[in-house]
Amino acid sequence: MSDLQSQDYVRRSATTMTPPMARSHEDQVAKLIDVSRCIGCKACQSACMEWNDLRPEIGHFEGSYENPMDLGPSVWTLMKFNEYENEQGNLEWLIRKDGCMHCEDPGCLKACPAPGAIVQYANGIVDFISDKCIGCGYCVKGCPFDIPRISKTDHKAYKCTLCSDRVTVGLEPACVKACPTGAIMFGSKTDMTHWAGERIEDLKSRGFENAGLYDPPEVQGTHVMYVLHHADRPSLYSGLPDEPRISPVVQAWKGILKPLAVIGIAAAALAGFFHWVTVGPNEVQDEDEAEADRAMREVEEEEKSP
Amino acid sequence: MTRPKRAFTRYTTLNRVNHWINAGLFILLVLSGLSFFHPILFFLSGLFGGGQWARAAHPWFGVGLVISWIGMFIQFWRTNLFNRDDIAWSKAIVQVATNDDEHVPPIGRNNSGQKAVFWAMTLLIPTLFVTGLLIWEVYFGQATSIPVQRVAVLIHSLAALGAILVWVAHVYAAIWIRDSVRSMTQGYVTPGWAWHHHRKWFYQLASGQRAKTDPRKNP
Repeated sequence: MSDLQSQDYVRRSATTMTPPMARSHEDQVAKLIDVSRCIGCKACQSACMEWNDLRPEIGHFEGSYENPMDLGPSVWTLMKFNEYENEQGNLEWLIRKDGCMHCEDPGCLKACPAPGAIVQYANGIVDFISDKCIGCGYCVKGCPFDIPRISKTDHKAYKCTLCSDRVTVGLEPACVKACPTGAIMFGSKTDMTHWAGERIEDLKSRGFENAGLYDPPEVQGTHVMYVLHHADRPSLYSGLPDEPRISPVVQAWKGILKPLAVIGIAAAALAGFFHWVTVGPNEVQDEDEAEADRAMREVEEEEKSP
Repeated sequence: MTRPKRAFTRYTTLNRVNHWINAGLFILLVLSGLSFFHPILFFLSGLFGGGQWARAAHPWFGVGLVISWIGMFIQFWRTNLFNRDDIAWSKAIVQVATNDDEHVPPIGRNNSGQKAVFWAMTLLIPTLFVTGLLIWEVYFGQATSIPVQRVAVLIHSLAALGAILVWVAHVYAAIWIRDSVRSMTQGYVTPGWAWHHHRKWFYQLASGQRAKTDPRKNP
């Protein structure tokens, strides 16, 4: 996407100036994943591979429906399966499509040191611009959801693009297109929130009283949202964070420390310079040499006559 | 080099070679490291062939620095042990800073400032090395958990800031105290220099001078 003129940036990594944003009159988009309608068929996983031309290495069966076992540089979305025994002793099979959440306040972008390697468009999509990526792995530390993966081959970070290439030309993401049950929906964030409200009402009427929308306010909301039957306990869904937030450690490192350190170093150098032009250099004088010679002669004489 | 006959050796050839390897690696580390610390300094990565190259090279410079520092430590730890003279010298820090050397108590081979630089680096370089390994994505990206790496990267940047500030002080002191650069490039100082800045060391050398002229007597 970096080849195209994109003038709708609202955020750009490692950038102190305003990024080009003249064309940012866009609707905020969102993908809504209704886990209560997911059947775990992995059509979304296949569609993601197909559209994005990703071919992860074929692994081994690990005794789980999860396949592969983790996200990777060429696995941008992954069905995660959890068998949960509820209070009534019934089994609930909680299936969640994992991948980038496209945070409104993205931790990866905050941590990234390479100018323009991570951008956020006005529609809310967070995208990695790979030719600017330096492979440091800071995005991994910034992300509250453990999403980015660094390739061992090209040392670039990869994750779901929310099919930014498709969305730009008015298409829905590939996973949305492929989902056979309508568990993955895509549209404006307002519409998706509204639609989620209807789904939650329906779930509540069927006994899931804690049903709700996962749109965590700690990261100012996300552009991938879930309808969960147990919205009070998101971690039931294979470790979806209950309160995802950019770590305070990352906030300190990328917040106050950055400018303070640069100012501190500059101040130290300036202090040295002004010491030089006020107090000035400390030079050895001829008298010092004479004194030294005299002292050496004295020592010599003392040693001669003990 | 044109070395005056009466000069004192301050740093041996090995001291100097080790020091300048150390200095070179430190500067490479500062330039590449600062490039991924603040966006206004990202241009420094261009000195290394771009961001990817700076990212790839930085940890290897660090490995080199640790090895070099081990050499520095072995050669210099003994002369940097604090003693009673340091208390008196440190109390006169205002006189030191204002070149009022007549009111600065005599000191041995190294003064407290030089010792502080040595021990600060002895603390900071291993800290930078260990935290640096934890965030070395290529080899250790999966070795520790992400929360550990977050703490490591914060400590790494704080330690780097500390080391850079110590380094600025070290470089300025070398410029400020005339002819100390020559002691690290050519190895010698004049007796007057030793008399002026390190009087106790001067007497140590002066009394040992005659014995040293005959190496067979004093192997």
